[in-house]
Amino acid sequence: MSAHMDRSIETTLSVNGTPTTRRIEPRQHLIDFLREDLGLTGSHTGCEHGVCGACTVRVDGKIVRGCLTLAVQMAGKRVDTIEGLSDSGEIAELQRAFHERNALQCGFCTPGMLMAAQDLILRHPHATRDEIRDHISGNYCRCTGYQAIVDAIETVLKAKAVATDKRR
Amino acid sequence: MNADKTKPGYIGQSMPRANAKRLLQGRGVYTDDLRLPRLAHVVFFRSPHAHARIVKLDFTHARAMPGVIAVVDGKAVEQYCKPWVAVLAHLKGIKSAPQHAIAIDRACWQGEAVAAVVAESRAQAEDAAELIEADWEELPAVVDMAESLAGKYVIHPDLGDNVCFTRALDTGEVDAAFARADVVVEETYEFGRHTGVTLEGRALLADYNAADNALTVYHSTQAPHMMQDIFSRHLDLPEGNVRVIAKDVGGSYGIKVHVYPDEMATAALSVMLKRPVKFIADRLESFLTDIHAREHKAKVRLACTKAGDILAFELDDMTSIGPYSVYPRTSGIEGNQVVNLTGGPYKHQHYRANLNVVFTNKNVTCQYRAVGHPIAVSITECIVDLAAEKLGIDPADFRRLNLIADDAYPYTSAAGMKFEKLSHHQALDKLLALMDYKKLRREQAALRKKSVYRGIGLAAMIEVTNPSPAFYGVGGARISAQDGATLRLEPTGMVTCMVSVTEQGQGTEGIFAQIAADAVGVSIDKVRVMTGDTGTTPYGGGTWASRGAGIGGEAVLQSGKVLRAHILEVAAAILQQSGEMLDVRSDAIVDVRTGEVKLPLAELGRIAYFRPDTLPLDFQAELMVTRHYTPRGYGFAFTNGIQASLVEVDVDTGFIKLLKHWCVEDCGTIINPQLVDEQIRGGIVQGIGGALLEHCIYSPEGQLINGNMAEYLVPMASEMPDMAIAHVVTPTKTSELGAKGAGEAGTAGAPGAVMNAINDALRPFKARVTAQPVTPERILRALGRV
Repeated sequence: MSAHMDRSIETTLSVNGTPTTRRIEPRQHLIDFLREDLGLTGSHTGCEHGVCGACTVRVDGKIVRGCLTLAVQMAGKRVDTIEGLSDSGEIAELQRAFHERNALQCGFCTPGMLMAAQDLILRHPHATRDEIRDHISGNYCRCTGYQAIVDAIETVLKAKAVATDKRR
Repeated sequence: MNADKTKPGYIGQSMPRANAKRLLQGRGVYTDDLRLPRLAHVVFFRSPHAHARIVKLDFTHARAMPGVIAVVDGKAVEQYCKPWVAVLAHLKGIKSAPQHAIAIDRACWQGEAVAAVVAESRAQAEDAAELIEADWEELPAVVDMAESLAGKYVIHPDLGDNVCFTRALDTGEVDAAFARADVVVEETYEFGRHTGVTLEGRALLADYNAADNALTVYHSTQAPHMMQDIFSRHLDLPEGNVRVIAKDVGGSYGIKVHVYPDEMATAALSVMLKRPVKFIADRLESFLTDIHAREHKAKVRLACTKAGDILAFELDDMTSIGPYSVYPRTSGIEGNQVVNLTGGPYKHQHYRANLNVVFTNKNVTCQYRAVGHPIAVSITECIVDLAAEKLGIDPADFRRLNLIADDAYPYTSAAGMKFEKLSHHQALDKLLALMDYKKLRREQAALRKKSVYRGIGLAAMIEVTNPSPAFYGVGGARISAQDGATLRLEPTGMVTCMVSVTEQGQGTEGIFAQIAADAVGVSIDKVRVMTGDTGTTPYGGGTWASRGAGIGGEAVLQSGKVLRAHILEVAAAILQQSGEMLDVRSDAIVDVRTGEVKLPLAELGRIAYFRPDTLPLDFQAELMVTRHYTPRGYGFAFTNGIQASLVEVDVDTGFIKLLKHWCVEDCGTIINPQLVDEQIRGGIVQGIGGALLEHCIYSPEGQLINGNMAEYLVPMASEMPDMAIAHVVTPTKTSELGAKGAGEAGTAGAPGAVMNAINDALRPFKARVTAQPVTPERILRALGRV
């Protein structure tokens, strides 16, 4: 129908390090673009109003809500998703700690939770247990009760602190 | 259970579960991740009113929108999907009205679907749904349950009144017990509706193949076989032509074990349109249509002697379930469980209960994690604390006086529940030691002098697990109480294990691998577990009512033992040696006495599958075995446990700080301690959510006014406490494995423990709260400060 013109905008961004060009409708959210257009289904839609954190991805090094970010805003930016962080090995230690501590059950929150956890590790390597809890308080997990997640993140932070001390 | 008693097995060990790895990389496959050719998307047009007649639906503009494939109403869908009435024969007198996949003529709650739009993309379907024009005639909305019971306006006139189900239980001599009591305490407790808030919303992709007249449904469900039966019967398809596949499921907790009208409509639309159709409930629809639970108002009385012996309980409970009993489990079970479980840990023998389950024009309610337990445990434990306070007895001592003795089993409770063997006193002792109860009491007293108000709350509990057919089957529901496991030795020595119990993250696949490895005699990395597919697994009930380990696990164990025996028959044929002299250990056939390796399993597999010509003429290897297990002897394998909560209440703001939580639980044989502990922790936090935060708030007009995650509060990490978990182990003798359920224990007991802790903190002010969620406002009201 002519009343529904194609308003899509050609947009070039980097996704997990790969330059990507697509025509994107201005109203499309980043999470839907990643999932529907690129098939990167590791990031999830949980609430679609910015509360649950299941859609957390990284844009130019900062974590954002994929459901509150428009995909066309990503022009010229670098987007990193769980698939990219897994393949690069960047979060391998976190993933191992989550696995060993059973810091996930259904796994639906896990990609977003790992994004938030990695953000803490990069920005606040000496975070206390309470600070870990605060930092992941934008990520809802119904299964675990959070304690195992806090334990897993704490384990990684402590191991990194020990490794840093040794290097000194 | 470990046939090789000389070496420790996998059963009983904490070990990470293999299936978690893909979830950690974002490489799980949840239903919304699936893509099929010609996939269409459905969205629903829902009633904005709690109760209204549909005068007119005009689809003209919606149908003209780009990408739209179909716009349909309830009558169109009815041609493909028969309505249902959710009743069970053993819930005597339960009644409900016929419910359609899409409402016809009338909507009975805000959010009920009255039309569906199918389009090539979800965005197109949503755009078109906005252009549906509806004319409504609003009808009186019954929102309050007391008004519903009074019956001034009857929601379903054909039913005669608004009562879905009632139950009266009386052991006799209750009045006499109350008359001779030294102390009688009474309180009315209220519980707000809440809901599961699975992070993955309800989801299904129905794919009808017209050539085969076959329907494949990829469904985020706990019970694939139950849904296969239901799709078959209501869509009029041969059962063998319906396959239900549950891929990764993003949380369920009882939310995904019910028949939802929009899901039935999606399957019907796939048949109608002869193409795959996907429905993903968004968060706003989830709040309006995922089952709610636990809206109760319960008056409870307790009679006891001066010495502290409980003589009797009396209960009057009322619950509101929405306009329909939910299919096929009914909405009578939760209230029924409250009647069954109230007073359950204690040894009194006199009990009277009265239950009213009433219809309202709010979203439907049904079984949600720990069904009825949070209510029963809260009212029991809060009234027990009140009695202890009145008698001046310490709450722990009062429980010790009254908990059923550990040597009293088998035991039948006042409500008629049969307990094989419980361990209340061991659990209480362990809890008090774990938390250092006396030290906490001293700290509490010292802090009170500094105007810091801490409270310690205890909550003993019993829990229904491993349900037999007494739960649903006897009532006529086609819900399997038995489960099966098929184990196959592969030529390479791998073991494939297919089980009818499903996985939603609790770790069932992990524990089945542990059991299978022990039972067969292979290392755990040689076991692959498959669940969640009616096309490949044995028939069974799936995951609900804490049954996965106890029922599914026993089926795996029995299947594995027979496979081991069959492997030994093959080994005997190959080695020309008596099978009794051989065993399977660590992926090899060994000499049973010396442990000397005779034959690797991979070599046995090679011969059995590729060179059977080298075996005796009359010998046929059978390396695939199926066994099933039905719990018998008791209606349920009851478990017990006790929880404690330590809180600090700010009496100026009403804010509650959860300082610590403890739980001692007895689920019998523990297959993987880490998985059990994490189930309990997750359950505790879910229980805390209901006790302190979660509430589906309805306006007097029947509008859900906080149906989103910004306003409906769920527990987040910063507010939750660390939790210490410990166990008493009393295996059930009804199975060889001895496992009972653990998945709901946390949720069952936490609300009562937290509420008791809050009231303990408020004790110096002679104030107490009696309604959940316990909000800061309710605390300030109790304190008389607002």
